[in-house]
Amino acid sequence: MAVVEPEHEAHDDHHDHGEFIAHHFESAEQQFDSGKLGIWLFLVTEVLFFSGLFVAYTLYRVLHPEIFDQAHVFLDKYLGFANTLVLLFSSLTMAVAVRYAQLGKNQHVVWYVLGTMVCASAFLGVKAIEYTHKWDQGIMVRSYFDYHAGHHEASMPLARALGVSDYLIWISIVPVLLLVGFALFAVFAKLTEKANAAFFSACMAIAIGGYFIGALAGHFYMELTDGGIGGRSEKAAALMAYEDETHSDHEHTDKPADHHDESAAEQQKETSEIAPYEGPQNDEFDQDIGIFFSIYYCMTGLHAIHIIAGIGFLAWILWRSILGHWRSDYFGPCDYVGLYWHLVDLIWIYLFPLLYLID
Amino acid sequence: MATAAERKKLFGHAENNYLNCTKGIRSWIFTLDHKRIGVMYLVGVTLALLLAGVFALILRLNLWTNTSELLTDAQYNQMFTLHGAVMVFAFIIPSIPAALGNFVLPMMLGAKDVAFPRLNLCSFYLWILGTGFLLWAIISGKGLDTGWTFYTPYSIQTDTGVIYATFGAFILGFSSIFTGLNFLVTVNTMRIPGQGWFKMPLFLWGLYATAIIQVLATPVLGITLLLLIAEKAMHIGIFDPKYGGDPVLFQHFFWFYSHPAVYIMILPGMGVISELIAVYSRKKVFGYSFIAFSSVAIALLGFLVWGHHMFTSGQSIVVTLIFSAITFTVAIPSAVKVFNWLATMYKGSIALTTPMCYALSFIFLFGIGGLTGLFLGALSTDIHLHDTYFVVAHFHFVMVGGTLTAVFGGVYHWWPKMFGRMYNDNLGRLSCFLVFMGFNLTFFPQFVMGARGMPRRYASYDPEFTIFHQWSTAGAMVLGIGIVLGFGVLVYAAFKGPKVAGNPFGAASLEWQSSSPPDFHNFIHQPILHDPYDFESMIYDEELDTYVPKEFMEPDKQPATEPEPQTH
Repeated sequence: MAVVEPEHEAHDDHHDHGEFIAHHFESAEQQFDSGKLGIWLFLVTEVLFFSGLFVAYTLYRVLHPEIFDQAHVFLDKYLGFANTLVLLFSSLTMAVAVRYAQLGKNQHVVWYVLGTMVCASAFLGVKAIEYTHKWDQGIMVRSYFDYHAGHHEASMPLARALGVSDYLIWISIVPVLLLVGFALFAVFAKLTEKANAAFFSACMAIAIGGYFIGALAGHFYMELTDGGIGGRSEKAAALMAYEDETHSDHEHTDKPADHHDESAAEQQKETSEIAPYEGPQNDEFDQDIGIFFSIYYCMTGLHAIHIIAGIGFLAWILWRSILGHWRSDYFGPCDYVGLYWHLVDLIWIYLFPLLYLID
Repeated sequence: MATAAERKKLFGHAENNYLNCTKGIRSWIFTLDHKRIGVMYLVGVTLALLLAGVFALILRLNLWTNTSELLTDAQYNQMFTLHGAVMVFAFIIPSIPAALGNFVLPMMLGAKDVAFPRLNLCSFYLWILGTGFLLWAIISGKGLDTGWTFYTPYSIQTDTGVIYATFGAFILGFSSIFTGLNFLVTVNTMRIPGQGWFKMPLFLWGLYATAIIQVLATPVLGITLLLLIAEKAMHIGIFDPKYGGDPVLFQHFFWFYSHPAVYIMILPGMGVISELIAVYSRKKVFGYSFIAFSSVAIALLGFLVWGHHMFTSGQSIVVTLIFSAITFTVAIPSAVKVFNWLATMYKGSIALTTPMCYALSFIFLFGIGGLTGLFLGALSTDIHLHDTYFVVAHFHFVMVGGTLTAVFGGVYHWWPKMFGRMYNDNLGRLSCFLVFMGFNLTFFPQFVMGARGMPRRYASYDPEFTIFHQWSTAGAMVLGIGIVLGFGVLVYAAFKGPKVAGNPFGAASLEWQSSSPPDFHNFIHQPILHDPYDFESMIYDEELDTYVPKEFMEPDKQPATEPEPQTH
């Protein structure tokens, strides 16, 4: 977003780092102010972008409190809490990075931005464990929701060898490729004596490595606690036992929603709105839980996309830090990306209690 | 203070200008120059207008008789959907801000470019991509038959290309957001020194108010369309009642964007008209601050009235009453503008040039469009008129009678600045006459039909409506001829018209203090700031046949920098 065109101006601007002032700005201050206002407006649009989901959340929580009351026990609040800490810590490192950029200490910026990126990747790793664990149990969006508790044998040999879910292997392909690619490129750049590129690629490989740290930690947590303890409460245990019992009954309904009896569904909703929840009453129940997970996947999925985009922006900052671009009179882009990162963090701060801590 | 040769260099016709300073297709594709991006947008939105206009003519021809001889009923549904979707998302919304605004806004501020030129180019390519997705619905043969509003649950059930089209609209939304964001920042930080908020031309206030809406409302449309895509692809159960969702929630989300978007469509048009009326009446605009603040008021009130699209959707009575009441308040700032324009013309020296003719058409047609909106804002009449041709006629009076005439007026006004050549004024006025007559003939009968109960979006009708539909179809043909003539005159002028110098109309805002077409850097000298409506500040230069700032014409006097009388 910041406007930097060194190639145009480098030849005729000999004053202090004028090469980073684009031709249409009068001064560094004007450029910085424009960028700052621009990024704040962009953050406003981001908040409004998420606002639709928050409204949907509010509406369905008001209409169907019993669904939210029940569904959230499937989310592991310890994993959510761990991710909250990771993101909060990444915001700290980002803030420190911005401060060092303001001071023009580029080498420090590199380390702190790298720390932020490792945290971002670790967050995604934990999220991957959470997602794949749910997919294994059939906890999907509304129309694909088909919950079945217990352990699930993986079908891929690799997944079985590692003792993880098939889904985890699939979604780990991209980070694996990125990690290997950056590592190889780092070696290649080192051999061809491109010091900056080699250092950058090595940093990127480390940053992507954060994903595997997060995923491993999440995986061992799940293994040690037999599927997580953060989500278990007496209600959830009862619910799971119930689901195990009745699972065979509605096995035949792959997409049971197609067989929905509308009037029965409405009746069910009416009664369930009035009566306090006393355990699942019939098949309708586990279907309606799916609405919660529709909202859950939309919100956390969109948030994860923002984290991924943030890693991309941070990589750009990392590269420019390695090139030593930041000075006390030019640190705008680092500042802007920092603001974006804090917003992404802030959205998670809202998502965590709204989704995980409903009790 | 300047010799004739200097004046010619600064304010004359420029052979070397932004259009030919660099050559080759790459110099256009990768350009960061706001003027070139504006011109590319202008070409793009014009093509979108012509395409959607052809759809409209096919619709009208099909309605010549009530037996649908031209199209099948399914094709008819697809045709009006694509007409609406392309017109709204690909033409009206970007027309004035992205095409005219891009060209004019930085120059009005005395700036070299918008704040984020690369974002600007990015938004243009997003426009192309989004429009491409919209059109892919046709090319792929799937079509789109939901109406431009994509209402659930039908949009989830139909097997036409809803996902392509909504994804296209989603991308177009981001194009719009980036343009708005760019303009907000540019106006805030890049005004020429001395240009306070109340020394800006009113067009900038219109664009600023528009940009506020673009930035605040469009993201909500974005998430709504994403949810709709997710609903259609995965049945997430948020909008689809079959899976426990709430279809009215979609309507709320959709209109939370799309009602403010109505003001995205009209506010820049009002800004254009404020310029035209003042320039061609050669009179200081009446009630500057009222016009300026009414733009902002419309933008803000626009966020509070979305429920008036849903009076019959089963909202609670209280909510309906509140939305109805707030809807009426929008009439106040709108009327403030109209009265101020009329007062500006009063005792002015009115020149009936083509842009002024379009501006006068705008006032008349927007007046009717706005006033009929009150019928629809009133609860009791809306129950009767809801989803009839009355609604169709109402919003066409605002969108076409308003925005389209403003687009034409603005393009005619700034055309000599863009291309340095003058059009044939008589043919221009003829095009305005055809557009005005054709438009009224098309849409006035629709008020009558609608009031008598002709529902919108139907491919056939009761025989009693035949005569109205035939008037309407005939009018649409005249309107189509007028539009084609209007563009033909302009395109001919751009290549073959007589060359003109920098300021043929004697306008006083900063963009006219440049050569025509402008230099790559917009201004060769630092422009001299005057009040944008102080037409005395521009003096006619016979040698150049154009108006130049008075500071350059009076060799005896010092430029108006005489010290203020000191008071001790």
